[in-house]
Amino acid sequence: MGLATNLELDHFHVLAVDDSIIDRKLIETLLKTSSYQVTAVDSGTKALEFLGLNTIQEEEENEEVTNFPSFSSTTDHDDHDHDIMEVNLIITDYFMPGMTGYDLLKKVKESKSLRDIPVVIMSSENEPSRINRCLEDGAEEFFLKPVQLSDVKKLRSHLVKGIRSDHHIIENQPNIMEKTQSAVELEFQSL
Amino acid sequence: MDAISQWQKQWFDYIHYLRQEGFLDDQFVQLKKLQDENSPDFVVEVVSLFFEDSQKLLTNMANAFEQKVVDFKQVDANVHQLKGSSASIGAMRLKNVCVNFRNYCEAQNVEGCLRCLQHVQQECSVLKSKLEKLFMLEQQIVAAGGKIPVLE
Repeated sequence: MGLATNLELDHFHVLAVDDSIIDRKLIETLLKTSSYQVTAVDSGTKALEFLGLNTIQEEEENEEVTNFPSFSSTTDHDDHDHDIMEVNLIITDYFMPGMTGYDLLKKVKESKSLRDIPVVIMSSENEPSRINRCLEDGAEEFFLKPVQLSDVKKLRSHLVKGIRSDHHIIENQPNIMEKTQSAVELEFQSL
Repeated sequence: MDAISQWQKQWFDYIHYLRQEGFLDDQFVQLKKLQDENSPDFVVEVVSLFFEDSQKLLTNMANAFEQKVVDFKQVDANVHQLKGSSASIGAMRLKNVCVNFRNYCEAQNVEGCLRCLQHVQQECSVLKSKLEKLFMLEQQIVAAGGKIPVLE
């Protein structure tokens, strides 16, 4: 199920994080206009919850071999009460109360199951040191607010990166457990 | 000129005036462009959210200044929020007042802040009535079977 939807480029699922209700509405509309599926949350904490990152799951994930990096806790956790949907990209505001966008970025990149999800940071402040720090610590892009449609169009290339590795997985379905590890490693080396 | 064309021209002229006077900037035009069949009331919805949210922020700020010790950090956080959402809807004048406001917060200047707060409240109020007028014009056009002109 998770495998099939990943190949449909129009069904990329983006998780948008912003404490401002106006900006949430804006980013949601920008993403929907670009044919993405969107889930919008108002805090980093909620984002992590949505991503299924809590202490118990993190322990489980750390024991597993990393087979499906772009999947981030999907089919393995169907037995949980809430449906943990696959997320293909996270776009987050920088300046938020509690957990900042940078904190969220760090947590995602530190997580075995989530680290391969591309993260994009948005901010209303054009601070080069902040921008550099985010990019150095794993953010794919940094958008200045207000975010434009032209910015959202740039997301496609980051999302497609994740798809290429999944293609390998589909093609090698019979030997999936065996082949996947090396196929994924190859893909990520070529990125 | 029939009624619809007249109203359409009025709408054009009014938008032009709002942009000329700096009430709105290009971001507002971008918002309009996002409005389509899938989200026909997008701009009205975002603007409503904006005024609801800004009211809350303004109330918080006013409360902060009623306290014996003013929490400038909190006020600044609220102004930052307001500045951000003003920018998001293209409310240029309002955004600029917020920039000023933040400077006074940083300087922990109570008088300056209170002046800015008043200024922000006024600008919000003025912008609200301007946009209400714009939306009423749009409603008129649509109700008469016309189309709201597309901005370039």
